Amino acid sequence: MTDYVIRRLLLFVPMAIGIVIVTFCLLLLIPGDPAAVLLGQDATPEGIATLREALGLNDPWYIRLGSYFANLLRGDMGYSIFQSAPVSDIILGRLGATIELAVVALLISIVFGVTLGVLAANRQGGIVDAIAMLIAQIGISMPVYWLALLLMLGFAVHLGWLPAIGREEPLISALGMALTGNVQPLLDSLAHIALPAVSLALNSAAIISRLVRTSMLEVLREDFVRTAKAKGVRRGTVIWRHALRNALLPVVSVIGLRFGALLGGAILTETIFAWPGLGQLTISAISQRDLPLIQGIVLTFALIYASVTLLVDLLYAAVDPRIRLR
Amino acid sequence: MTDATPKLAATAARRTRSFCLPRIFRNASLLIGATITATILLLAIFAPLVATHDLMQMDMPNRFSGPSSEHILGTDNFGRDLWSRLVHGARISLSIAVIAVLASAVIGTIVGLISGYFGGWVDLLLMRITDVFLGFPPLVLVLAVVAVMGPGLVNVAVSLIIVSWTEYARVVRSTTLSLREQNYVQAARALGASWPRILFREILPNSLGPIIVLASLGLGTAIIWESALSFLGFGLPPPAPTWGWSLSYGTRFIRDEPWMSIISGAAIMITVLGFNLLGDGLRDILDPRQQTRGKG
Repeated sequence: MTDYVIRRLLLFVPMAIGIVIVTFCLLLLIPGDPAAVLLGQDATPEGIATLREALGLNDPWYIRLGSYFANLLRGDMGYSIFQSAPVSDIILGRLGATIELAVVALLISIVFGVTLGVLAANRQGGIVDAIAMLIAQIGISMPVYWLALLLMLGFAVHLGWLPAIGREEPLISALGMALTGNVQPLLDSLAHIALPAVSLALNSAAIISRLVRTSMLEVLREDFVRTAKAKGVRRGTVIWRHALRNALLPVVSVIGLRFGALLGGAILTETIFAWPGLGQLTISAISQRDLPLIQGIVLTFALIYASVTLLVDLLYAAVDPRIRLR
Repeated sequence: MTDATPKLAATAARRTRSFCLPRIFRNASLLIGATITATILLLAIFAPLVATHDLMQMDMPNRFSGPSSEHILGTDNFGRDLWSRLVHGARISLSIAVIAVLASAVIGTIVGLISGYFGGWVDLLLMRITDVFLGFPPLVLVLAVVAVMGPGLVNVAVSLIIVSWTEYARVVRSTTLSLREQNYVQAARALGASWPRILFREILPNSLGPIIVLASLGLGTAIIWESALSFLGFGLPPPAPTWGWSLSYGTRFIRDEPWMSIISGAAIMITVLGFNLLGDGLRDILDPRQQTRGKG
């Protein structure tokens, strides 16, 4: 176990370095001179020269990469060109909203996905199975942005049950207020996050449900399940208590992957529902071609994703006795 | 020996084929998926013949008209025929997806073959590089690349390639690892076959199953991403009739006239569904190891 943890932690280092290098290289993909691109069509040669100097573009690439690394280690991601503020400050101000959205979506997709998968496996080949897998197939093929629009159209525009856009109090602080007796902010926050989170979650829910079904079917064929049935344990208990616990292992291993997909999908959902997170920031940074900000955002997304993957792997090691007891 | 191999392979192929045919008809997802994708492919290829109207022909009095005999799927915000725009949009989506998937499959396969066959530090290096690319949330990387390179058909395809080749590399590496120890590969090596010959003539043909499955599923993903880019305004610029653009432009009128967005989104979903069903169906036939067990 210790061996595994140490090896996994060590693997994180080259990964993080690689991520930084790729992010750095993004700047090299720009056709032509980045300074000229940034300043637009009516740039003067003097202006370009000054900006080149300011961006350090006159130095050879290895010096630039080196100073990029050094700055990052000090927590300095550069300076946004259009918002005239440090990139790290801008990102930190938006990070909470995106993580909240992604985590809520992850929870929804696990609950929906596991339930659907277990129901399908429980009645393999039957009508419930067929319907569940049809829903899953549609869920996988449904573009996030289209689902988001349909949900908004149905629940916000026509029915008027839920707000269409925006975010209220962060869930955590709303939860705190609810504990002191003020429930209204929590209800507001939940109403606002419902549509973005559900539309973001469906895709992952569908993928998880197929995975749970497959691994449930495998577990249900094992001897210990037969033993449990033979000694007269109720079917529901066998399924939900004995089998599911073992069938969930593969699900744990894909949670990291799903989280990455949710972070990416958040860019689309946030744009549609005007959710003030990193995704929205990404779009405005790209439209303005604010390169330091784009780099910072990409790096942040990748590092969160890598850390979640690392955490999930460690969690998996702790849960799976085959690794834990080695 | 070199003469015997093709003969053996041919016998094996014949055997699988005769075994395969009835299974194709038992495989509903393959059948439905193939029908959907073939239809959309034909529509895209013959778009100029199938389209009933000129793409740019505006008909302002008839904007946002619902389906009618004149406009089978209705019209958009400029009164342009949606059906004609959708079939031309299929051309854009499919050509970008096909280019991106072919290129990713080729790059990923070569990386996977080399990595799996040579092992050692080559493998270590290539797999660490693959890990780094897998370390970005896919859509984030796609967007970042298009953001710096600018919109356009080639750039969109390149951004899709950058995120998709890794999957092929990982899968082909693992099949290569197991195939490399097979007797027929050992025999070829003993006979002095060069490594490119072993990789491309002996190992590659036996890895094609999983690659084809991945490619089919990859076409669906590529279409979703391409449309997402157009939806966000970073795909092909208008007047290109991309599905993503119609979907996102339609949202401006969504309160009163949701039809334009709904129908464009439906086009994306049906196409993606087709490729996903096709991929799932192909997996049952071509890649039995990954088969969803307990299916039949």
